[in-house]
Amino acid sequence: MTVMLRTRALSKSFTLHLRGGLLMPVLADIDLEVHAGECVVLSGPSGAGKSTLIRSLYGNYRAEGGSILVRHDATMVDIAAADPRTILAVRHKTLGYVSQFLRVVPRVSALDVVAEVLLTRNIDLDTARDKARSLLLQLNIPSRLHPIPPATFSGGEQQRVNLARGFIAGHPILLLDEPTASLDAENRAVVIRMVQQAKASGTAIVAICHDADVRDAIADRLFTMSPYQDAA
Amino acid sequence: MTEPTLLSGRGLGLSFGGITALADVDVDLWPGEMLAIVGESGSGKTTLLNVLSGRLTPDTGVVWYRDPNGQLHDVHAMPAPALRTLHRSDWGFVHQDPRQNLRMTVSAGGNVGERLMAQGARHYGDIRAAALDWLAQVEIDADRIDDLPRTFSGGMLQRLQIARTLVTHPRLVFMDEPTGGLDVSVQARLLDLIRSLVTRLQIAVVLVTHDIAVARLLAHRIAVMQRGRIVETGLTDQVLDDPRHPYTQLLVSSVLNA
Repeated sequence: MTVMLRTRALSKSFTLHLRGGLLMPVLADIDLEVHAGECVVLSGPSGAGKSTLIRSLYGNYRAEGGSILVRHDATMVDIAAADPRTILAVRHKTLGYVSQFLRVVPRVSALDVVAEVLLTRNIDLDTARDKARSLLLQLNIPSRLHPIPPATFSGGEQQRVNLARGFIAGHPILLLDEPTASLDAENRAVVIRMVQQAKASGTAIVAICHDADVRDAIADRLFTMSPYQDAA
Repeated sequence: MTEPTLLSGRGLGLSFGGITALADVDVDLWPGEMLAIVGESGSGKTTLLNVLSGRLTPDTGVVWYRDPNGQLHDVHAMPAPALRTLHRSDWGFVHQDPRQNLRMTVSAGGNVGERLMAQGARHYGDIRAAALDWLAQVEIDADRIDDLPRTFSGGMLQRLQIARTLVTHPRLVFMDEPTGGLDVSVQARLLDLIRSLVTRLQIAVVLVTHDIAVARLLAHRIAVMQRGRIVETGLTDQVLDDPRHPYTQLLVSSVLNA
């Protein structure tokens, strides 16, 4: 099986300068390996560092120690050491991320929020919009909402727009942070199907997922994390 | 990632009297990339923009610009006419106050057409067609083409300045607080416009803003300035979500929902 993502001795802490330089260690010695076509769900109590790990994998948080190797094109790129432009290139082509909340852009319609992901990949506007439309419909966002900017949408609707945005490009690695948190049963089932399809096509997935049914349906493996404890 | 930079500043320093405006500043900008320079008033953002664009000469350091033929130019060693030509063609400058750039006694269409004429365009029909096209791109009604800018609202003036700047298809645009002083709703429209035009035309931008939300929406990379120095730099979302320098942490924690 192809290793798509591998961390070695990954560590991350936060120094809060506004709190007198308080040091908050969150991750230490994280060794995680994810293969193509596999979904690894991060498990552990609140505060165990699951979101911090996902954000570090995406390069949103800057790792302090260790490495985060990601298969990008034919090489392994270390996200923990890569320069900003390399990280952007990896995110563009390889590494997709669905955060818990949609960051809305003023005035851009739901359809184009999703379609614009494809426009930066030399796909023409009509094709991009067709694909965005079918993905939104699959996620039960009705056509009448497509021309409306998602700022006024409900939490669940925004999350589904965010999911459409995350899945449309077919990134070989997907990071999902609570993808079903504010969804009803019907839409949770849709997301489960989408994750299973992505896995079947070889996508490597790292997810945080508190809903036990969803977790059981998508996880090949759990990666258990516990809150950071001082060795001393 | 060995693509050559479009613009590079190295070791830039500048003092006004005894006051340090810039110290040890290194900046790189690649083609098609948007770099935001953030920091509070007096941190040296606008001074840096003026030095990078050759409008101010630094005490120390050098700014290199790579022209479309790959030739490097020391911006501050260029003869004044060459720099002026650059500012009229390959480069653009968007001021916070559009009146600094627009000619208030010339019609809207004239303001857009003038920059084309400065590049040698002479055919009246072509110039007017280009002006109409650009007014439409910045969402100004075609029937306002012959109106004077002083009849325009603040938001319209800013959009007209952007049309005037982009009509020559510059490769590099310097923007100084382009949304400053505008109503929130007008700001949103302008931001969306800048975002879509810059992405579509693949323009490199150095954007000075004190508004972190603007930087988040527009910029690939961000540089945080304090007292004339760049104290932190990186991917926009990294620096704003995981700020390391005490000043960046203060800046990020001081705004709502950035």
